[in-house]
Amino acid sequence: MRNTFVATLEEIAARDPRIWLLNGDLGFSVLERFAEKHPGRYLNVGVAEQNMAGIAAGLGMSGNTVFVYSIGNFPTLRCLEQLRNDVCYHGADVKVVSVGGGYAYGSQGYTHHALEDVAVMAVLPGIEVFVPSDPAEVRAIVAAVAASGKPAYLRLSRAGEPVLDPRPIGDVRRVRPLRDGSDVAILASGPVARAALAAADLLAERGVSARVLSVPCLKPLDRDGIVAAAAGVRLVVTIEEHIARGGFGREVAAVLIGEPGHPPLLTLAVPETDPGKGCVAGDRDALLAAAGLSPAAIADRIRAAVRSPEGPAREGRPP
Amino acid sequence: MPDTMPESPRDNTMDPAEFARRIRVHALRMVHRANASHIGSCFSMADVLAVLYTRVLRLDPTRPDDPDRDRFVLSKGHAAAILYAALAERGFFPPALLDDYSRNGSPFTGHVSHAIPGVEVSTGSLGHGLPIATGLALAARAAGRPSRVVCLLSDGECDEGSNWEAILFAPHHRLTNLTVIVDHNKIQSFGRVDEVLDLAPFADKWRAFGWRTVEVDGHDLGALEGALGAPPDPEKPRVVIAHTVKGRGVSFMEDRLEWHYKSPSAEQLAQAVAEILGS
Repeated sequence: MRNTFVATLEEIAARDPRIWLLNGDLGFSVLERFAEKHPGRYLNVGVAEQNMAGIAAGLGMSGNTVFVYSIGNFPTLRCLEQLRNDVCYHGADVKVVSVGGGYAYGSQGYTHHALEDVAVMAVLPGIEVFVPSDPAEVRAIVAAVAASGKPAYLRLSRAGEPVLDPRPIGDVRRVRPLRDGSDVAILASGPVARAALAAADLLAERGVSARVLSVPCLKPLDRDGIVAAAAGVRLVVTIEEHIARGGFGREVAAVLIGEPGHPPLLTLAVPETDPGKGCVAGDRDALLAAAGLSPAAIADRIRAAVRSPEGPAREGRPP
Repeated sequence: MPDTMPESPRDNTMDPAEFARRIRVHALRMVHRANASHIGSCFSMADVLAVLYTRVLRLDPTRPDDPDRDRFVLSKGHAAAILYAALAERGFFPPALLDDYSRNGSPFTGHVSHAIPGVEVSTGSLGHGLPIATGLALAARAAGRPSRVVCLLSDGECDEGSNWEAILFAPHHRLTNLTVIVDHNKIQSFGRVDEVLDLAPFADKWRAFGWRTVEVDGHDLGALEGALGAPPDPEKPRVVIAHTVKGRGVSFMEDRLEWHYKSPSAEQLAQAVAEILGS
């Protein structure tokens, strides 16, 4: 994803002289190609995210389109007030790009797990929020935000994610169907869409037909697309690599609650961290499995919810 | 407008001493009417603003969006009243609009707002202005524009780490079009600077970070003009540490912490205006 990001940005910057790329001393083996092509619009600001956000605002106020790039929590939580006051309040054309969303940094530990970033960024005024599931969405999102003229947050994963669907993406602010199905609708935010597809395969083996959609744009949310995706199924499932509070599932719930006779909703998300307890080492798949978000666990939880006469359990702890 | 303050010329030919008197009186009336704070913070920087807006900044109030204009960023956004007054006196909008300061529904918020013509950046949370000014300076240089960027900090806000990130950055990138002014009035929000969190040796810190560092009496208009009007250093950004007095210009406000918070009564207002206009 990060390679697709920088390749796309480099192409756009070749024809749009307003594009800048700043980073907080991160991006080894990724960002060099942009620096070589556009040295006058590339800047390693140093390990100083507050300054980076303020500089980006100043560049943006001067008519530039500025992408700032760093890991997960650093360009988001560390400089949140600069993003609120300096970027969003002034409408500066700044795009915050975080790499390593969710558990992408696996064994690097808690500081490198971005599990609240989407909720925090989405509450900022006037910002658009994107969580792509594959490189095809990344490409479409970079093109869309480069032309939007307004602040955006783009949460990338890392490198090597496969393209989930070869069909071209139209409007990346709309939901993206990945698989048809009739019993269950699985709405996925981010690379966990791949696990959702795998879970759908497991469900099919057990006689449950699941449609799967990626929702790359959380804000503004494609309300009509969500409602249409939920039509006619027995259960709607949301999956996100993020805590539930303030996250994707809550946004979908806010849409569906206004729909008469909407199907029950199962929110699958990462449990909130227990304060005081150290997080365990583990690669991304291991951490996702511990959070109940492996394909097998997703399939089991969905199957249990579909079969339960009371409807699904609320998100709670993984089984 | 009061009888004692005739209509000002709408250009930058005004005498800075007269400009300073006028904006102090405006600010006094504004905070009195609004029962607002921060008059002491306004008065320590009034002379700096007077020199900037009459002698230094290249601005055209009829073209506030001119891309080649100089940029002034007030990072100590709590001193909004005196900046609004300076912009009115400089001709960005009629001084009568200053009556709207802090009024319900008015754009003249208590911390400075970019909704006001001539204001580049909204601030109020400390430690934000200098990084933004740094970005403005980078953008001007990259675009080959002649703009100078001037950012005014309080001394208290030099506690903020974000400022020091920018202070490290600007000399490294040789942002010679960037000038910082520190309103060094030695009093911060809850005490004296040397008691709360000592900045000394303050000028040495800036020099060590690579800035062309100048110290001036922040109420000496000639010295301010000399320091702020000088051509850019060929290598370094410039900092002008303006030694100032909080509440300067009104005897009972000078060097008094409480005038960070208090608003003058009608009686105090009359006395203060008399002192300023008599100076």
